[in-house]
Amino acid sequence: MAADLFQSPDYFNVDDLLTDEHKLVRDTTRAFVKKEVSPIIEDFAQRAEFPKQLIKGLGEIGAFGPFVPQEYGGSGLDYISYGLMMQELERGDSGIRSTASVQGSLVMFPIFTFGSEAQKKKYLPKLASGEWMGCFGLTEPDHGSNPNGMITNFKDKGDHVILNGAKMWISNAPFADIAVVWAKNEQGEVHGLIVERGMKGFTTPETHNKWSLRASATGELVFDNVKVPKENILPGVKGLKGPLNCLNSARFGIAWGVVGAAMDCYDSALRYSKQRIQFGKPIAAFQLTQKKLAEMITEITKAQLLCWRLGVLRNEHRATPQQISMAKRNNVNMAIQIAREARQIHGAMGITGEYPIMRHSMNLESVITYEGTHDIHLLITGYDVTGISAFE
Amino acid sequence: MKFLVCISQVPDTTTKITFTPDKKAFNAQGVQFIINPYDEIALTRALELKEALGGTVTVINVGQTNTEPNLRKALAIGADDAIRVNAEPTDAYFVAFQIAEVAKKNSYDIILTGKESIDYNGGQVPTMLGEFLGLPSVSVATKLDVNGSVATLEREIDGGKEILEAKLPFVAGAQKGMAEPRIPNMRGIMTARTKPLAVVEPAACEMLSSSAQFDLPAAKGECKMIDPNNVGELVNLLHTEAKVI
Ligand SMILES: Cc1cc2nc3c(=O)[nH]c(=O)nc-3n(C[C@H](O)[C@H](O)[C@H](O)COP(=O)(O)OP(=O)(O)OC[C@H]3O[C@@H](n4cnc5c(N)ncnc54)[C@H](O)[C@@H]3O)c2cc1C
Repeated sequence: MAADLFQSPDYFNVDDLLTDEHKLVRDTTRAFVKKEVSPIIEDFAQRAEFPKQLIKGLGEIGAFGPFVPQEYGGSGLDYISYGLMMQELERGDSGIRSTASVQGSLVMFPIFTFGSEAQKKKYLPKLASGEWMGCFGLTEPDHGSNPNGMITNFKDKGDHVILNGAKMWISNAPFADIAVVWAKNEQGEVHGLIVERGMKGFTTPETHNKWSLRASATGELVFDNVKVPKENILPGVKGLKGPLNCLNSARFGIAWGVVGAAMDCYDSALRYSKQRIQFGKPIAAFQLTQKKLAEMITEITKAQLLCWRLGVLRNEHRATPQQISMAKRNNVNMAIQIAREARQIHGAMGITGEYPIMRHSMNLESVITYEGTHDIHLLITGYDVTGISAFE
Repeated sequence: MKFLVCISQVPDTTTKITFTPDKKAFNAQGVQFIINPYDEIALTRALELKEALGGTVTVINVGQTNTEPNLRKALAIGADDAIRVNAEPTDAYFVAFQIAEVAKKNSYDIILTGKESIDYNGGQVPTMLGEFLGLPSVSVATKLDVNGSVATLEREIDGGKEILEAKLPFVAGAQKGMAEPRIPNMRGIMTARTKPLAVVEPAACEMLSSSAQFDLPAAKGECKMIDPNNVGELVNLLHTEAKVI
C-alpha cells in the first residue's frame, strides 16, 4: 500500500467538543496506526492472516478495555475516548478494531461487570496487556439473529459443569486463550462461562475463505463434554441481558469505528480526485465527483455528531440500547456507501491494494452483519417507536 | 539525575503555511500544533536515561496557555513535571533567557533541546542557553550516553562524525538518531492529568530582534523536459533562461 497520508476531516469543528485529553487519546491511537498498522495491513489482509505482532503494541498503548479501571490493568478512560480509539483503529482496518472491540467490550467488559473479584483479578490485567487474548461466543450455526434459541448448554456436576455445543463466526477464536461463552443451564437460563484453552474437549477450528475481515481471525468454538470449574461461571448475570449488555458496549465502539473507515475512504478519494487528470482536468473538477465528495463529507459529519452525542449520553449512563442500535445501523450503512462511492472515484486503482478502499469496503460487509444485522437494528428502532415487536 | 527538556510547539507538518495580511506574523488560525519533533527525540532520550540511571525529567516551554496540551502530552509520554513560562516566545534570545532563568534556580544535570524547531528553524536556543548558564553546549548531537559525570556525544560532520565528551552539567540539541520518539499510552494520558504543571511569569528581558516581514518562497516554475541528447540546449537554457550558470 502507498504511504499513509491520512488527514482527518472535521467539517463542523467537532474537535471543539472534545477535551484536550480526548484529542491526545485520538492522536496517540492515530500515530500508532500510522506507524504499526498502515505499513503492513494490506499484506496481511491479502494473505488472510491476522497480524499477531500488533497485539503487544495494542496492549502497550492501552487499546484493550480502556474503560476498565487502572486497578484491573485498564486506563479508566471515558467512553468518548474509547470511541475515538475505535475510530482510529478502524481507520486502519476493521479487523484490527474488531480484535480490540472483542477483547475490550466482549471479554473484559463482561468479566469486569459480571465477574467475581477473583475472576477480575485473574483475567483483566493479562487481557489489558494483551498477554492473554479472549473471544466471545454467542452466535451458533443455527442461531444468529435469534440467540435466545441457542442450544449450547451445561449440566451441573457438583463443583464443575459439563459444557456441550458449538459456536460459530467467533472473532479471535483461533488464537484466543480464553472464551466468554454464553450457554443455557438445565433450567434454560443463559449464563456466561469462562472457558480456557487447554480444557479437555474444547477446540477452535479456523473459518477460512472469507472475503471480508481478512486480517482478523474467525473460527468456531466446539465444546465436547468440556469440564468447566464452577468458579469460571460469571456470577453477576443470568439471561440474555448478559450478552446484550456486552453487545451494547461493542456496538457503541462500532458506531465510532466505522466513522474512521469512512474518513479513510473519503480522505483517499479527495486526494486522488485532485491528482487524477482526465479530459485535461482533475476529476475533482467534475460535478459528479463533487456530488460524491460533498455527500460523503456531509454524511461523515452527521455520523461524527451522532457519535459525540451518544458518547456524552453513555458517559452519563443514559445511552439506551435503542440509541446505540440506531447509531450502529446508521453509521455502518453510511460507511459502506462511502466506501462504494470512494471506490468508484479511484477508478480501476480503487480495486487494488494500493489504496485502502476495497479492503474497507469488504470489511464493512461483516460489520454491517455482526453485532446485530442492519435489519435487526431497524426492527429494534421500529419496536421502540411503535411498541410493537416485529421480530417474530 | 535531573533532566530539563525544552519543548516548543510547532505547526503540524501537513499545515498549509500562510501569513497575516500585513505579513508580520504566521497565521495560526485553524492550525494544529504538535511538539517539535526534535524536542520529542530529546524528551525520549532523557526518559531512556532516566529509566537507566534514575532521576527526574522536567519539561519546560516558553509560551501561552495554548501550549499546555502539548506539555500534557510530554507528561503523558513520561516526563515527571512541567513548567510553562507564561510569555509569547518572541525570539531565540528571549526564549533561551527565560529557560536559563528557570534553570539557574534548579541545578539540572543535563539540559536537552531539539537541534532546532521546525517552524522558524533558528537553531540558536541550545547554544544561547549554554552561554547564559556558562555550561558546555553541543548544538547538534545524534547520540548521547552518560557515564558517571561525563557524557559522550556524537555529532555529524562533513564526511564523518565527531565524538565529543562533556562534563555534566551541559546543554545539547537533539538530532535524528538520538532516540526513536515514543507514542504515549492511555495510562500515561490518565496519569498526566495529575502531574504538576507550574506556570511562572517571565523575567525582564530586552528584545533584541523582531520579525519585520514574512514571504512564501516563489512558486515552482513549470518543468521543461529536454532530450538527453540535446545537452547544448540544456546548457543554453540554464544560462539564458534560468540564469543559474
Ligand atoms: C467476520 C464475523 C465475525 C463475527 N464475530 C462474532 C463473534 O466474535 N461472536 C459472536 O458471537 N458472533 C460473531 N459473528 C456472528 C454475527 O454476530 C452473526 O453473523 C449475526 O448476528 C447474524 O447472524 P447470522 O449470520 O446467523 O444471520 P441470520 O440471523 O441467519 O440472518 C440472515 C438474514 O436474515 C435477516 N433476519 C433474521 N431474522 C430476521 C427477522 N426477525 N426479521 C427480519 N429479518 C431477519 C437478517 O437481518 C439477515 O439479513 C461474526 C460474524 C462475522 C461475519
